[in-house]
Amino acid sequence: MAVEAPPRRGRGSAPVVRGAGSRSAAAPRRVLMKGNEAIAEAAIQAGCDAYFGYPITPQAELLEWMARRMPEEGRAFVQAESELGAINMALGAAAAGARVLVSSSSPGISLMGEAMSYMAGSEVPVVLVNVMRGGPGLGSIGPSQSDYFQATKGHGHGDYRVPVLAPDTIGEAMEIIPTAFEIAEHYRTPVMVLADGILGQAMEPVDTTFRTPERRVEDWHVTGADGRPPRVVKSLHLKADELEEHNRHLQAKYAAIGEAEVRWTEEQIEDAELAVVAYGTAARIARTAIAHVRQDGLRVGLFRPISLWPYPATRLREIAAGLRGILVVELSAGQMVEDVRLAVEGRVPISFHGRTGGNVPTPGEIAHQLARLYALTAPPPSPRAAPMSAPGGVAEGGLP
Amino acid sequence: MSVTASIPPRVIYHPPELLADRSTHYCPGCGHGVIHRLLAEILGELGLGPRTIAVAPVGCAVFAYDYLNIDFVEAPHGRAPAVATGIRRVRPDHFVLTYQGDGDLAAIGTAEIVHAAARGELITDIFVNNGVYGMTGGQMAPTTLLGQKTTSTPTGREARLAGYPIPITEMLALLPGVAYAARGSVADAAAIGRTKAMIKRACEVQLEGAGFAIVEILSNCPVGWGMTAVESLEHLAHEVVKTYPVGVLMDRTRHVAAPHRS
Repeated sequence: MAVEAPPRRGRGSAPVVRGAGSRSAAAPRRVLMKGNEAIAEAAIQAGCDAYFGYPITPQAELLEWMARRMPEEGRAFVQAESELGAINMALGAAAAGARVLVSSSSPGISLMGEAMSYMAGSEVPVVLVNVMRGGPGLGSIGPSQSDYFQATKGHGHGDYRVPVLAPDTIGEAMEIIPTAFEIAEHYRTPVMVLADGILGQAMEPVDTTFRTPERRVEDWHVTGADGRPPRVVKSLHLKADELEEHNRHLQAKYAAIGEAEVRWTEEQIEDAELAVVAYGTAARIARTAIAHVRQDGLRVGLFRPISLWPYPATRLREIAAGLRGILVVELSAGQMVEDVRLAVEGRVPISFHGRTGGNVPTPGEIAHQLARLYALTAPPPSPRAAPMSAPGGVAEGGLP
Repeated sequence: MSVTASIPPRVIYHPPELLADRSTHYCPGCGHGVIHRLLAEILGELGLGPRTIAVAPVGCAVFAYDYLNIDFVEAPHGRAPAVATGIRRVRPDHFVLTYQGDGDLAAIGTAEIVHAAARGELITDIFVNNGVYGMTGGQMAPTTLLGQKTTSTPTGREARLAGYPIPITEMLALLPGVAYAARGSVADAAAIGRTKAMIKRACEVQLEGAGFAIVEILSNCPVGWGMTAVESLEHLAHEVVKTYPVGVLMDRTRHVAAPHRS
């Protein structure tokens, strides 16, 4: 029988228990909150000075919460003329030393891609929340994870990376917001929090335990050249050697983030023969499916990346060595599965199950895929017939 | 030892302190240098240097931060008014200035300028209109005159194909959030003097909290126009002003409601 053990949480090179940092002294209160609103309030409590946004489903409640709460707190709120306007307001405010949040959903994030490149180049820390909806194009307003490529490898032009954090519960989203501000400000980089329509729209009981990262005055903030030389926040370096030097500096920063900011959880991996790799809402559905198949005696665990970049590839590779196979589950046609393949390097067969268009896989669908993979990767009667990879048709389980 | 050597020189002009002591990358005869100098003079006269945060555009003037001794943020193309809005909202005690060209402001950044103006953001926008995309080689800008030859209108701008010049400062002057809108020029010393007064007023309007302020400055691009510097200034003084009349277009702080054109 399956035993529900608390998930092991990983960060950096070794799993550690999360939860460092100053927490508010008041006893936590348990309240029912909508994801979008909880994320907004977590940002306010994390010391967000300014919010800029533009209405788009399914994140509109985040903007609406900020419209009411930010003026109450005497902080900046602007409903911009477009996502281009919002993200560039964020660039200006953050360059001037403010802690800044912007939020949008998939089509809006596409528009923000330009400024993300500029913010990466000029090293301006801003936290962006993407409450993903179905694409491509106008797509749908239903939940989706089809912006994984965009979030982890895409948006703007140039050699740069953006740390991406993907919570699977509203409570975790609230904890991740201050962490996102810390990473953004420590490394001087935009950071994306990747949620989806379910996480944004659902309501869950959450602890109103908030965390406010320490505020730092930086020697690059533009605050007026009063008694000091002028400062410039810019990304233009016309001289080839100068830009190459800047790129080396950025790459060194990304390497440091890759070392220190990897986050994931492992659930029931210890005895697992198969693992589901999934993040966000897909991981929650997979958790239910795993509980079902464990009742049938299938030893399946869950590996849940929290940081999608940097990807917890090293740990996933270690785990893969002890598995018969991996099932990747996404609310997409198959995006993160590519990073799983890169991490595992062919050590075990990898199968994929995804739904798109705002549909989500049911626990039953995932359980079915797990049973198939379990059977197909069963140890052969004779050692000579050991399969090196999954037979055709399984490796790409694909869309029903 | 001569007698004249002992007489101290009479200083009739000193470069403003806020203007960096270095040569610019601008082409010979270009108006940006004059406009930078005017800005440095005015910010100095108003004592604003230490609390100014400026936003540089994409275009020839992206390097404004190399020539003005004030804090700068470099904006993506056209987005300077949005970047300035962000700065303004978190730094209410500072002075916020944007410097944009005509491609930056009147083409790719139309939404940003219109909405910053509509919100009445306390920003002073210096809008340099030289009728072409100078930095990329002199292509047609939205402000290019009808019939004007550019590298992307090789036989001259035709309204049938490329539409009409945009009088965007007149358009902005209609918005209640705009406290001050004016158009000056750098065609000659007298015009430069009047333009300086306009820029100064546009700065004071921000300090008074009256609303958004914009000064469009008609400038020349000798290289982009295929003219000598002198020819380009004559063209500016006699031809460009026919499409873009100079004068104060709106001053809501002084109840100048009807556009005045000189």
